[in-house]
Amino acid sequence: MVMTSSVNIGGRAYSIVDHAYDVVVVGAGGAGLRATLGMAEQGFRTACISKVFPTRSHTVAAQGGIAASLTNMTPDSWQWHMYDTVKGSDWLGDVDAMQYLTMEAPKAVYELEHYGVPFSRTEDGRIYQRPFGGHMQNYGEGPPVQRTCAAADRTGHAILHTLYGQSLKNNAEFFIEYFALDLLMEEDGRCTGVVAWNLDDGTIHRFSAKMVVLATGGYGRAYFSATSAHTCTGDGGGMVARAGLPLQDMEFVQFHPTGIYGAGCLITEGARGEGGYLVNSEGERFMERYAPSAKDLASRDVVSRCMTMEIREGRGVGKAKDHIFLHLDHLDPAVLDERLPGISESAKIFAGVDVTREPIPVLPTVHYNMGGIPTNYWGEVLNPTSEDPDRVAPGLMAVGEAGCASVHGANRLGSNSLIDLVVFGRAAAIRAGEVIDRASKIPQVNEASFEKIMTRFDRLRHANGSQPTADLREKMQRAMQEDAAVFRTQESLESGCKRMSAIWAELPDVKVTDRSMIWNSDLVETLELENLMANAITTVVSAEARKESRGAHAREDYKDGPMGGRDDENWRKHTLSWVDDKGKVTLDYRPVHTELIAEGIDLAKIAPKARVY
Amino acid sequence: MVELTLPKNSQPKPGKVWPKPEGAKNTREFKIYRWSPDDAENPRIDTFHIDTDDCGPMVLDGLLWIKNKIDATLTLRRSCREGICGSCAMNIDGTNTLACTKGLDEIDGAVKVYPLPHLPVVKDLVPDLTNFYAQHRSIEPWLKTVSPTPAKEWKQSREDRAKLDGLYECILCACCSTSCPSYWWNGDRYLGPAVLLQAYRWLIDSRDESTGERLDDLEDPFRLYRCHTIMNCAQTCPKGLNPAKAIAEIKKMMVERRV
Repeated sequence: MVMTSSVNIGGRAYSIVDHAYDVVVVGAGGAGLRATLGMAEQGFRTACISKVFPTRSHTVAAQGGIAASLTNMTPDSWQWHMYDTVKGSDWLGDVDAMQYLTMEAPKAVYELEHYGVPFSRTEDGRIYQRPFGGHMQNYGEGPPVQRTCAAADRTGHAILHTLYGQSLKNNAEFFIEYFALDLLMEEDGRCTGVVAWNLDDGTIHRFSAKMVVLATGGYGRAYFSATSAHTCTGDGGGMVARAGLPLQDMEFVQFHPTGIYGAGCLITEGARGEGGYLVNSEGERFMERYAPSAKDLASRDVVSRCMTMEIREGRGVGKAKDHIFLHLDHLDPAVLDERLPGISESAKIFAGVDVTREPIPVLPTVHYNMGGIPTNYWGEVLNPTSEDPDRVAPGLMAVGEAGCASVHGANRLGSNSLIDLVVFGRAAAIRAGEVIDRASKIPQVNEASFEKIMTRFDRLRHANGSQPTADLREKMQRAMQEDAAVFRTQESLESGCKRMSAIWAELPDVKVTDRSMIWNSDLVETLELENLMANAITTVVSAEARKESRGAHAREDYKDGPMGGRDDENWRKHTLSWVDDKGKVTLDYRPVHTELIAEGIDLAKIAPKARVY
Repeated sequence: MVELTLPKNSQPKPGKVWPKPEGAKNTREFKIYRWSPDDAENPRIDTFHIDTDDCGPMVLDGLLWIKNKIDATLTLRRSCREGICGSCAMNIDGTNTLACTKGLDEIDGAVKVYPLPHLPVVKDLVPDLTNFYAQHRSIEPWLKTVSPTPAKEWKQSREDRAKLDGLYECILCACCSTSCPSYWWNGDRYLGPAVLLQAYRWLIDSRDESTGERLDDLEDPFRLYRCHTIMNCAQTCPKGLNPAKAIAEIKKMMVERRV
């Protein structure tokens, strides 16, 4: 059912197209596509809207693999996988969500294989699995486990293209190159749809739905140097913040140890999984000193900190002694060719390096947001109160990097994000099957909510201040890069809060040059900037408030004691952050879930302890 | 049918020459195709200069430098900036390629940038890929099986898996299809190199059990047989793939099933 009309906003006419669906998914990366096809399979009328063609989503850039305890290469179990995930999260992840993830993981990988993902193979024709950082046998005792299922070093590409094909098979309806503006909300807090702008013809589309699923990815581009794509702008977080709902654990930003120096492009952890190692200017394999057991395959936050310390202590490589070398030149060229062809090509293009002969110059680079829109492990968005910290926000779900279930806690393990996408994309579809009333009518558009959305859109479209979007964005990116980096202090975080508040105050002075409704990418970037700002300001404010070190949130003023600065008594809790239209951030906290959802593991096995690799 | 000369309203006119960046020591000239759907003007070729000391090494870096510092209305698709998403496919220095992996140092003289050829233009460097995507959908790009699905994975030998190398890596950027003269002439009916490469990727997958039907679907004077081995596709592919070889393999499969 499609209805067209027109509306007058600020003296200007906009063409409106109305749609009614059972479910609308925003985003067409791994989580969005898995949710979309799961919804369609259950017979829900499902629309998937995306600002880029599905195979351009950032899942495509995932390289190393997808974690699941298949036991194709080494002994393994979901219990070991769960232990590693709990430890990787530095005991901030929710136990129910982490158990669900690791128990469902093998099934999800077999499902992907049945969809057609071209996994690399073992000699006997099963799915090839490689070692990855923080994944061990025997509840962390070691040796490393081979758990990460791989399609060479293009696993995300292989999965995304396959999921897109499956979505076509299931006749999902796509709305491609539509930019989602905001959520349609009722006064009682119910989400009833989403408004999107069709870049191709300039029309405004109102999607009414019984359930909206946000699968919009992370906000890496809040930082100056990120492995993330230009399109990783935290649009879901921005929409949720403007709807008055909280974000969770935003202070936890993962730096990947091996971004290519300068370009920031990703070199997979699989490079170290296949035997690569890091060296400093003295030629020392320094990770052996910091993490005697896991060495170069310690958790990402740990490796990134060690690299930063080596550089600070004057043992960086290069002219400015400001980066580290990753060696792959000792590996058999045939292995590089079969298992790491993509990064061999990237190293050539972006660093001018032949990996069979020379090391790759690398530097810790912003890579992943553990925080996001709080959800339970069925993907339902939470709107917590102190009485009910698990209160559900009706009509709204969030999956993938946009969401925070929380399976990654304070630090995500490599190859746990791809499995997160498919397990929780599927879980959202299962839950939708239980909570959506098929007999009920699709909600009407709340006109007051719509007018508010269009007023903002029209204001930004005609913004005529003095600062181009690109200038404000660079100010934000530099502030975040300098003040909320690998190592943080009270001083740097206070500075970050001040700078971000000042930049927020400059937003009304933004200048948009393009006034067109068709493919106005200047306006798209301005809308994205506002989304990034909501994510960025909650990140620094949450970080300033958290007076401990945990996972990716490493504070130099909190590093002593048996837990290395971690304070479980006061800080084993999730941060909630609301931001208002003036940029004022309000914080609160909710407890970490510590209960299992099924038997099979002793809680004592995953009780908090010092995190040593 | 393709037109031999561009319609009058499509012929590019000289455009605006934007001032050089102030104080820049080293500059590089860009000549960029511009077209807006909002007025009745012809396309134009604008001239820009970037400050190479303030800009990254790739053509995409140059385009974004222009968008950020000179003209925010310059319109292009981009996302991953590392050659895996396929968004920034365009015609650079006369060749279809990805702006993000094309080094400025690989180009002599002014950097000439046009949208992918022989597609309708939406705006500036953004072409309309609707037909390309519909053709991709038409080959049913998903695994089809009839045998009972195993509890674990379908087994596939390393040799059989190796047959997918050079095929599954395609990023659907459309550089090859829009470089193919045969596709320029018959793009409405000929599937073109990118889509046929995808078709072969499923034909040759040892797990797929729909080979016969897939071949039946391609047995058509236009869908498959408009490939005349011109080889532009293999020449231009930014990922180093060889769609022409995949097409030849499909033709071979057609012949082999007849004997």
